[in-house]
Amino acid sequence: MHRTGELYGQFQTLEQQKESSTLGMWIFLVTEVLFFGGMFTTYTINRHQYFAAFGIGSNTLDITLGTVNTIVLIFSSFTMAMAVWSAQTGKKKLVPLFLILTLGLGTVFLGVKAVEYKQKFDHHLIPGRSFDVWYQVDNAKPATEIEKKQLETEREELHNATLTDPDIQSHAQLYFSLYFAMTGLHALHMIVGAGLLIWLLRESLRGRFTPQYNTPVENIGLYWHFVDIVWIYLFPLLYLIDRHK
Amino acid sequence: MGIFFALIVGTSLTTWAAFQNFGAFNIVIALAIATAKAALVVLYFMHARYSPRRTQLVIVCAIFWLAIMLALTLADYQTRQPRASRVAAAMAIYHA
Repeated sequence: MHRTGELYGQFQTLEQQKESSTLGMWIFLVTEVLFFGGMFTTYTINRHQYFAAFGIGSNTLDITLGTVNTIVLIFSSFTMAMAVWSAQTGKKKLVPLFLILTLGLGTVFLGVKAVEYKQKFDHHLIPGRSFDVWYQVDNAKPATEIEKKQLETEREELHNATLTDPDIQSHAQLYFSLYFAMTGLHALHMIVGAGLLIWLLRESLRGRFTPQYNTPVENIGLYWHFVDIVWIYLFPLLYLIDRHK
Repeated sequence: MGIFFALIVGTSLTTWAAFQNFGAFNIVIALAIATAKAALVVLYFMHARYSPRRTQLVIVCAIFWLAIMLALTLADYQTRQPRASRVAAAMAIYHA
């Protein structure tokens, strides 16, 4: 990414220079699609093979947190689009404002993710020696009548799943390995994105972006939207496998 | 702004649909909604609709390559039998 807005020798016009840069960003995103695509392929094969275990694993995820996080991320994509628009139309004061909003929403997303990860540790759902799909059903102390009923449904579901898949303990670990690998890689992309946003924020406060030169805002915007798209697919595939009763 | 609300509606719709039972179509519906949302993001938030043709070509290539990876890998997994059953099938033909 060129540091300033002047025309470099190898380009004929500023427009051509900008289009080349954006094209490069898109080609990078193609490699990212295939990077995540490998994981989605692994997921598809294993889900097909061990559907019962994947359903059980998916049902342990907190659907409220998941839905809230999806909305938070879509909202951050929207504020990012607004930041790009402000930079392109020369609204210099608005650019940092929208960048801060995007950064804030991205941080909220990561915070919620951390809460969800913590819950999985507490419920013995981290693949490894202490993994136990039965742990939560056996050890939870339901406070209300509704929670007690819920726990009973979960126990029944787990029992039925064990009948169709006797080795559910190892196959549920496959689900959780994929869950942590996929959401972890996604979270890593979010952290990189947050770093890029901080840099953008500094540059925009210096007033560097104008309607003539805003390529970094646009390209980092493309990256941010891409990360949003990955989550749009991760959410139904990980959280919503087998929710209907 | 309209795109943003469409995306929120899509999210609510997919969560609602997850609690309904459409049999084998559960996954089809979930992926169709996700793809519609992704398309909105690519076309409007990422300005693909107003991009030069060569950028659009790159996007189509990405989808195409992803399709190749998924289709060929799955074709392998769906047609490959365990060795024991292959041997049994061969023996059955041999003794017939």
